[in-house]
Amino acid sequence: MRKLLKYLRHYKLESILAPFFKLLEAAFELIVPLIVASIVDDGVNGGRGAGYVVSMCLVLVGLGVVGLISSVTAQYFAAKSAVGFSKELRSDLFAKMQSLSYSQIDGIGTSRMITRMTSDVNQIQSGVNMVLRLFMRSPFIVFGAMILAFTISVAAGTVFAITIAVLCVVVFGIMLMTIPLYKKSQANLDRLTASTRQTLVGVRVLRAFCKEEEEIKTFNERNGALCASQKFAGLISALMNPLTYAIINVGTIILLNTGAIEVNSGALSQGDVIALYNYMAQILVELIKLANLIITVTKSFACAGRVNEVFAMPCEISQPKESVAAAGGHYIEFRDVCARYTNGANALTDISFTAEKGQTIGVIGGTGAGKSTLVNLIPHFYSASEGSVSVGGMNVNDAGDEKMRNLCGVVPQRAVLFRGTIRENMQWGNQGATDEEIIKAIDCACASDVVSSKDGGLDAYVEQGGKNFSGGQRQRLTIARALVKRPEILILDDSASALDYATDARLRANLRTLDYNPTVFIVSQRTSSIRNADKILVLDNGHLVGLGTHEQLLESCELYREIHYSQYQKEGA
Amino acid sequence: MAALSKKNVYKRVLRQIRPYRALVALTIILALVTVAGNLWAPIIFGDVIDLILEPGNVDFDGMVYKFILLGCVIAATCIAQWLMSIINNRITYEVVKDIRAEAFAHLQILPLNYIDSHSYGDIVSRNIADVDQFADGLLMGFTQLFTGVLTIIGTLALMLALNWIIALIVFFITPLSLFVARFIATRTYSMFIATSRIRGEQTAFVEEMIDNLKVVQAFSREDENQKQFDVINEDLTKASLKSIFYSSLTNPCTRFVNSIVYAAVALTGALTLIFPAVLPVAFSAGKLTTLLSYSNQYTKPFNEISGVVTELQNAVACAARIYELIDEPAQTPDAPDAKELENVRGDVAFEGVTFSYDPQKPLIRDLNISAKAGQRVAIVGPTGCGKTTLINLLMRFYDPQSGKITVDGLDTRSITRHSLRRNYGMVLQDTWLKSGTIRDNITIGAPDATDEEVIAAAKAAHAHNFIMQLENGYDTIIGEDGGNLSQGQKQLLCITRIMLCLPPMLILDEATSSIDTRTEMRIQNAFAKLMQGRTSFIVAHRLSTIKEADIILVMKDGNIIEQGSHDELIQKQGFYYTLYNSQFAK
Repeated sequence: MRKLLKYLRHYKLESILAPFFKLLEAAFELIVPLIVASIVDDGVNGGRGAGYVVSMCLVLVGLGVVGLISSVTAQYFAAKSAVGFSKELRSDLFAKMQSLSYSQIDGIGTSRMITRMTSDVNQIQSGVNMVLRLFMRSPFIVFGAMILAFTISVAAGTVFAITIAVLCVVVFGIMLMTIPLYKKSQANLDRLTASTRQTLVGVRVLRAFCKEEEEIKTFNERNGALCASQKFAGLISALMNPLTYAIINVGTIILLNTGAIEVNSGALSQGDVIALYNYMAQILVELIKLANLIITVTKSFACAGRVNEVFAMPCEISQPKESVAAAGGHYIEFRDVCARYTNGANALTDISFTAEKGQTIGVIGGTGAGKSTLVNLIPHFYSASEGSVSVGGMNVNDAGDEKMRNLCGVVPQRAVLFRGTIRENMQWGNQGATDEEIIKAIDCACASDVVSSKDGGLDAYVEQGGKNFSGGQRQRLTIARALVKRPEILILDDSASALDYATDARLRANLRTLDYNPTVFIVSQRTSSIRNADKILVLDNGHLVGLGTHEQLLESCELYREIHYSQYQKEGA
Repeated sequence: MAALSKKNVYKRVLRQIRPYRALVALTIILALVTVAGNLWAPIIFGDVIDLILEPGNVDFDGMVYKFILLGCVIAATCIAQWLMSIINNRITYEVVKDIRAEAFAHLQILPLNYIDSHSYGDIVSRNIADVDQFADGLLMGFTQLFTGVLTIIGTLALMLALNWIIALIVFFITPLSLFVARFIATRTYSMFIATSRIRGEQTAFVEEMIDNLKVVQAFSREDENQKQFDVINEDLTKASLKSIFYSSLTNPCTRFVNSIVYAAVALTGALTLIFPAVLPVAFSAGKLTTLLSYSNQYTKPFNEISGVVTELQNAVACAARIYELIDEPAQTPDAPDAKELENVRGDVAFEGVTFSYDPQKPLIRDLNISAKAGQRVAIVGPTGCGKTTLINLLMRFYDPQSGKITVDGLDTRSITRHSLRRNYGMVLQDTWLKSGTIRDNITIGAPDATDEEVIAAAKAAHAHNFIMQLENGYDTIIGEDGGNLSQGQKQLLCITRIMLCLPPMLILDEATSSIDTRTEMRIQNAFAKLMQGRTSFIVAHRLSTIKEADIILVMKDGNIIEQGSHDELIQKQGFYYTLYNSQFAK
């Protein structure tokens, strides 16, 4: 939390003024019982008369007005600093997230990042707001009441001190006891959610196996467990009100008894006893507020900790280095490259190959063979743990990530489009692309029928994730998006899997006619997609087990042969 | 269906509570006790203060009596309050349990049509979040509504008895604070709407960009995104400052009104003490104290009740959503004279079947297929052509609008759904596993299978080896998403399921796009073994399967455009011919 406090730096004044004005309001509230005491003692019993009473009541109203003004001021400053705080926090957090490397993204996971950004930041914001508003006020009233009680009478003050201590123990004790109970209820509720989800997601299988009755049975068991845990948690937390009520009232009885003795001896007046009685009533409300505040703050702290974990991640984006040796004659060269997964296991082991400008390189292998990892090393999305990857004679570690990314056009496995128009999506590749350039790229990606099938052509609306397009349509549009970039290196990471054979073939033919002659990497599970490549890399479990043309590999590589013939019957090849 | 009217929802809720009416009566009695105690205590305290007058004039004996009385009142109040809370919890959570059980049971008989056309998230949130919200409202209603109303009435009555002038003052000024609170709430409502709209926009943006961060980076869109983000962020900041600030005015404002009431009570009370002749009632400093504490408490139930009212409105809206789900018409139940399908040979026929999901968009029209026992029927066609529709009809997930589907000559609608489905083995493209152990998943169709049978089935499906490599073998627990299992392994498990119960007819959706070659070959072998002697419907992607099929159904845009064996269709030189050749295009 302390690390995040810097986001209050532009709101220093506000975050000091907010609690200050709250304090002021509390102070005015504490004066009220004293004035009532004086009305009784001086005005009524002391005989100073109606005029005095009226003026004292006007003072009460005055205190109310001043209290209102201070607390409105306080609320404003508190809101302003809390909101400003979270604005700067969110903006920085978003920037930080955007700067994370691929392996960091894999490590943390996108759904967690989204939670950090939304609910965690909101929780922190309300924590800041509450602290500024209440953290000074509640303790001030509780302890202020106690101190004022001491000034009236030491014995009465002692009663206050003891009552407050007992109340604290009970209030916080019950809260601490119920937190794990509510957590348990929550866990039971989560299981119920899982049950409901399962019965929907698996509806076909469950009905096919006639599992309806069994599902109901499991659900009812979990439902019963939830109900029981809720009732038990309720049993404990239901103690809070009666217990605090009892403590405060017993405290008041003792207070009045003590007061009575002192009045009898002449040390106190009746008005003083009334003031003490009123103070007692004030502390309970504030103490409960304080306990709730502490819970909110603890939650905020937990959220702040999680947000800080994101900020603490090191920056892995590399900047261009100055002295870069332009050696080696190959355009792309992998030399003894190894790469690791986040869990430390090797994704790639000792990969070496070269590629020339304008060549088409096919990459094939089973799931988890390391195909994606391999192609992602070229734009330096991941770093090689050993060996070197160089492009144009320059080690990609030193070339600077921005440059590498501008050089490469990537079509990822998961075909994603963004909210906006088709044109806007295409312009991701090049902000300044003209319609003509875009249409050319779309034609090349065999996607012109996709565009023409939608109302508005390039202006057609794309829903989030491109949900209003089929998988194959999305794939073709994402290929077009990469082509708008006119990249030197084009990487198709298994991005034609949803296309039928004919379209796939047409696409590959189009790619060969591109005037800027890019080097193309095609990752695929199908030999038909890569059989015409200049070079084919066959991967198995992170090892390069075959390298050559289709014909060479059919001769020499057993795995390649196996893959090929499983997709084509022997006689068909 | 039409949304339930509010009144009907209230009626339904009351009916739902009916079984607990004894408890409800008890909680009302306890609320009475609690409120009485709460109101009586300040009076006794006031009396005590009146016994403490001045030095030498303190009635200690009287105080002892009052303290004993107080002790009893407080004890009774506490116990009543605790019992009341427990009973309220009990009623609420039991009612909620009943509703959830009812809704869940209903999910099991809802037609697939409903489930397919509603997002899972929506249905889940009805049964979980909405019911929870309903519970909150109900609980608040029980705990605060009775006590609130009783407190208000009681306080007013007692104040009238103590000092009617003060009672009138409190009665007329206090509503001002409610008025202020209402005023602020209605004014800030639109601000909150604006804030949550902008927040939703921001969340959507964050979700979209963070979810696809890799693409963002690949296209160097970070700066552009940051710009867009900051624009939304600025809007959000402005909107939330407004809504947070203005809504936070409620407390200071109502507190201010209270302090005016307080001052007025003090003034009137003190003046009554100074000029006792004006009011022919015995009044004292102690009574003034009592009244001051009443006036402090008096606004609380009002605030609570207005809170309860909003909460209840919310709860009713949630209850309406859940009742809507419960009232959703169930699938046509099995006919009362429906037969159990037994000793199936496996002749399956579609006779003049017409079906569509949406009456506006006709899909299958007058379809006739006849598959003899043991035949293989392959269904081919481009993605989205309606291949799964046939599966939906065969399994009776959906029923045709006209025509009939027969198994061994029996109309499937004259057979119980359960017995029909038991005779089909189905492996779908999206391999769904339930959370539980591997064994649980395999035995889903044959819960009584012995370990030996399970292992034999797994071996037949080529799944035994990878299962044994898992940490706990067959007892490994997998989550709903299948945990660390690969797509291919999940599919092998689904095949094992069928291997274990070996039903006479099969439905296979053999998707292989995401499966590596070696696993795929194993799956093919497993399928081949399975299909021997069984009537099989296969959504086929591979040529070998298609060529070996007895009947090939070629589908396009929901219709079967060609039907016949491989050779027949090739000779026809139609759509299938083109499709077949495109796969070999160089």
